[in-house]
Amino acid sequence: MALLQIEQLHKTFGAVAATDNLSLQIKHGELHALIGPNGAGKTTLISLLSGSLQPDSGLIQFDGRNLLQVPEAIRPRLGLVRSFQITSVFPEFSALGNVTLVLQSQQGHSFRFWKVARNDFELRSKAKEYLKQVGLDQESEIPAYALAHGQQRQLELAMALALEPKLLLLDEPMAGMGPEESLKVVELLQQLKGKITMLLIEHDMDAVFSVADRVSVLVYGHVIATGTPSEIRENTEVCSAYLGEHEIPVAN
Amino acid sequence: MMVSENFEARLILGVGILLIGFPWFADWLDEPYLVSTASRIWIYALAAMSLNLLVGFAGLVSFGHSAYVGVGAYVVGILAWHQYEETNFWGLPGTLEGFISIPFAMIVSGIVALGIGALCLRTRGIYFIMITLAFAQMLFYFFVSLEKYGGDDGLMMMDGRNKIPGLDLGEDRQMYWLSLVALGLATWFLRRLSMSRFGMVLHALRQNETRLKAIGVPPYPYMLVAFVIAGALAGLSGALLTNHMEFVSPDFLHWTRSGDLLIMVILGGIGTWTGPILGAIVFLLLEEFLPLLFQEIGLYLFSEHWRLVFGPLLIGIVLFAKGGLHALVFKQMKGVDGAFAN
Repeated sequence: MALLQIEQLHKTFGAVAATDNLSLQIKHGELHALIGPNGAGKTTLISLLSGSLQPDSGLIQFDGRNLLQVPEAIRPRLGLVRSFQITSVFPEFSALGNVTLVLQSQQGHSFRFWKVARNDFELRSKAKEYLKQVGLDQESEIPAYALAHGQQRQLELAMALALEPKLLLLDEPMAGMGPEESLKVVELLQQLKGKITMLLIEHDMDAVFSVADRVSVLVYGHVIATGTPSEIRENTEVCSAYLGEHEIPVAN
Repeated sequence: MMVSENFEARLILGVGILLIGFPWFADWLDEPYLVSTASRIWIYALAAMSLNLLVGFAGLVSFGHSAYVGVGAYVVGILAWHQYEETNFWGLPGTLEGFISIPFAMIVSGIVALGIGALCLRTRGIYFIMITLAFAQMLFYFFVSLEKYGGDDGLMMMDGRNKIPGLDLGEDRQMYWLSLVALGLATWFLRRLSMSRFGMVLHALRQNETRLKAIGVPPYPYMLVAFVIAGALAGLSGALLTNHMEFVSPDFLHWTRSGDLLIMVILGGIGTWTGPILGAIVFLLLEEFLPLLFQEIGLYLFSEHWRLVFGPLLIGIVLFAKGGLHALVFKQMKGVDGAFAN
């Protein structure tokens, strides 16, 4: 049984079918990349999975549960965690504060009114480890709004990891990053591979084809092909529909 | 000067302790009525402080906060009235005992906030502002139409202020101390709250609600609890206000009172500790002394229409002092730079 099973999912905005009869399976432990031209409905799919949008019809099964009955804020607790394409952190909290809040939310409800939260050193040192994992431990005391764009992206990842996801939805984690930072993220993805199941949306084809176990191609809200990177590279339908008859770049 | 919240909290504590001596200072000035003016300021500062929990922490602009002040005020007034008339209220006798009626006022205000909040918090932004205003106006008209308790005219506390063992509230000084201590305790309580895990969730909620959901925290229950706490503290301020004035009327719940409270918070500095207090001080002093000032200097037109000056003055402060009076006092404190940084 696949970890995530999407069947005949539909979502329209007015006359635009952003998600059109979309079916997709993500297996336990794989890094599944989702590629497609702008406007193909990639972020819409992430939003449908995370629960910030509701589909018009279709079925999503996650870990054997009907996901559509689970409210947005409960889904992370099942292990379904997203990162945001446009950086979404808590700007006034420090980097450490951001991750600490995530860990706090992992420990159940926050109806604790008296103890000073920042004196919870156990929680903070645990948060620091996640910052270290993404290479942000030097910046832990800096407020998130003062971090460089690439560092905010790293923070975003640290927050996602702190939720201990079973399935991590990565919406263009490298968007707006410099080459060096991108390389760090690719390395991180390599490390996480096999431990966490991931659905990766990314425009950097070099990165996608080097890290993904399988690739699905989304065009006009519909998956036109799924396969290993080499299968996708050779797929003529993909070449014409998505890559405009250009060749797919060869991964190094 | 960058000020930390800790510094600000100590400053409030220090100044607060000094202010205990204010009645003697007023005596020395030979202006004893200032004690009563100051009591009123601390009571309103308490209401503004409770509103700041919603506006400044959770990012919820409630435009109906005077409703909870008014409910608390009426609880004290109605209980005192039944005591005076020696009648029962739904089988319960009235009372003039402060340690019964003041906590009871907080509880009733909290319950009303629970009901109204449960509905209002399903909306956001401008809709939230409008619906909180609408509920507050409903309560306003409810008390207007409550003929038994004076309707439009309100209720007098015929037997005087509440009785609290060891205190004689009939004396203005003791009323002053009670108000000051209530403000101090509320500030201390809210500060602890803002640093707790619950407080972290509220701060996060203001910054990025979408993100909060994405880390698995449903915002609604936290907002509701904050709304109830703010309502209960507003009820405390209302209970003190009735005692202070020995009178309560629907005017306490009028929407302009909600506006006044919001202005105090914005004028003083949203999301800060000194802000609501400074806002209440400046707002109420201007309101009280601006007409007198114009009378003194012979501008009789303005002494009657002092609001002509008051309004532009408030707008000026808000426009030119970004971050309110708090930012004027503590220069260069940029936003909440590092202040809430966990």
